[in-house]
Amino acid sequence: MIEFHSVTKRFPDGTLAVDDFSLVLPSHKTTVFVGTSGSGKTTLLRMINRMVDPTSGSIDIDGDDIGTLEPVKLRRGIGYVMQNSGLLPHRRVIDNVATVPMLRGMPKKKAREEALALLDTVGLDRTLADRYPSQLSGGQQQRVGVARGLAVNPNILLMDEPFGAVDPIVRAELQQELLRLQQELGKTVVFVTHDIDEAFLLGDQVVILRTGGKVAQVGSPAEILANPVDEFVATFVGADRGKRSLHVENHGDGDIVVDETGRLAGVLVDAGSSGHSSAASSESKAGPRGPGASAQGGDSR
Amino acid sequence: MTWIWSNLDLVWDRTFDHLVLSVPSIILSFLIALPFGWLAHRYRTSRAVILTTVGLLYAIPSLPLFIVLPFIVGTSIRSPLNLIIALTLYGVALMVRVVADGLGSVDRDVQQSATAVGFSGWTSFWQVELPLAGPVLLAGLRVVAVSTVSLATVGAVIGAQSLGSLFTDGFQRGIQAEIIAGIVATVLLALVLDALLVVIGRLLMPWTRPSAIGVTSRHDVVAREVTA
Ligand SMILES: Nc1ncnc2c1ncn2[C@@H]1O[C@H](COP(=O)(O)OP(=O)(O)OP(=O)(O)O)[C@@H](O)[C@H]1O
Ligand SMILES: [Mg+2]
Repeated sequence: MIEFHSVTKRFPDGTLAVDDFSLVLPSHKTTVFVGTSGSGKTTLLRMINRMVDPTSGSIDIDGDDIGTLEPVKLRRGIGYVMQNSGLLPHRRVIDNVATVPMLRGMPKKKAREEALALLDTVGLDRTLADRYPSQLSGGQQQRVGVARGLAVNPNILLMDEPFGAVDPIVRAELQQELLRLQQELGKTVVFVTHDIDEAFLLGDQVVILRTGGKVAQVGSPAEILANPVDEFVATFVGADRGKRSLHVENHGDGDIVVDETGRLAGVLVDAGSSGHSSAASSESKAGPRGPGASAQGGDSR
Repeated sequence: MTWIWSNLDLVWDRTFDHLVLSVPSIILSFLIALPFGWLAHRYRTSRAVILTTVGLLYAIPSLPLFIVLPFIVGTSIRSPLNLIIALTLYGVALMVRVVADGLGSVDRDVQQSATAVGFSGWTSFWQVELPLAGPVLLAGLRVVAVSTVSLATVGAVIGAQSLGSLFTDGFQRGIQAEIIAGIVATVLLALVLDALLVVIGRLLMPWTRPSAIGVTSRHDVVAREVTA
């Protein structure tokens, strides 16, 4: 469990990046920080591994004030994945994954064996192990980034727009992969994005931020969609544009789901039916949770 | 031409003298430039002071330096040590800026992610920043190597043996072949050291090889298929 207690961060140049932020991030759940550029998401994330120290307030991990912990040691126990993977360009894939365990003193041979197994975990072919990062596609690099984040088997995984730089199809793939991993591993994930659909898809708890690290709303995706607290949140989640208000139209061959602007949002399927039509609905903007989207979109009406 | 064949031993000896002067100077310049370059890179205040100082260092004319240096460090004027110190100074003058620029060229994202996953400052310097600055350092070192080899010839004027002695001697005795031999041997030596550095760079930095860059390797495959 991660707790922010009245955390404020003012940078030396006077920028107030985070203002009096308090929040509990429950263990084994995914919390997503979502907000526009400059709303303090990265700053919040980096305060968890002490890349940035708060100006005032404190952060506890499982009851321990991290301000009293040694930063380098703290970081070696927390997974970190960032946009553009942040892989070391001069080390092979396998060594990138084995890096942190080796920093923690694991023998090279064992670290490499475990790194190979982690490539399987994140769905990468072992034949890529000896490549340099520049020899991989963007999506593959992000998978290596995730494998590296998992390498020390951390309780906490910090992810800063990890899928921000890949194309929509690969992004959707990586998102599904993360959901699958999370179901298996049950880490405490803190995920930063500026994409509200991604936030609703991945988050158990979603935190919508406005400029200056101020919380606009905290809640589950369903709670936020059902009850946007104000205009700002409504605009941000797209409820005001009718994007979230869906209705069903019958087209002879089947039922299709359309939003208020008449834009095709997906296909209505039985909850239990096989997934062949789910591809159609996952391409739609409506879909926080794929086939379940129509039900959830309905909440916001 | 006949002069060269009958004096191969001499040319070889002078080449050896030349190596004794230049190789230690090149290595020392690199090692000494590292901490200064790091300081210049790391702290903005020290940057101006250090870079200006080394810039001025390079402006000192070489001949007077060769003559003055023995009085400062207490070597004899013809001692190779005297020349090595002077050549090292010039090498450092070139190399400090290169080290500072090289460290500055390392991708900030990569550095930050290294910090984020738990590299300490010290480990990060040796395992991340220094290797990634490698290509820039190598480029700088190649310039230092060639300029050191060429500068070492000047020592001949004050009587320190090197390939330069071939042209001072040839000039005094009016042996044109000896002068030409000196020039050609100096250029060849510079080329050999330069090539050696390139090879060392390839070995130490395998990720910079063309085949390590995805797009190029794909081109290679296509090229092979086309020629096959
Ligand atoms: N090291 C720093 N020094 C000064 N100001 C900073 C620093 N880092 C961030 N800021 C400022 O703090 C604010 C929040 O930055 P932060 O990087 O946390 O935003 P973000 O929500 O992650 O934005 P983005 O979506 O663009 O990544 C911004 O106004 C930014 O300019
Ligand atoms: Mg950010």
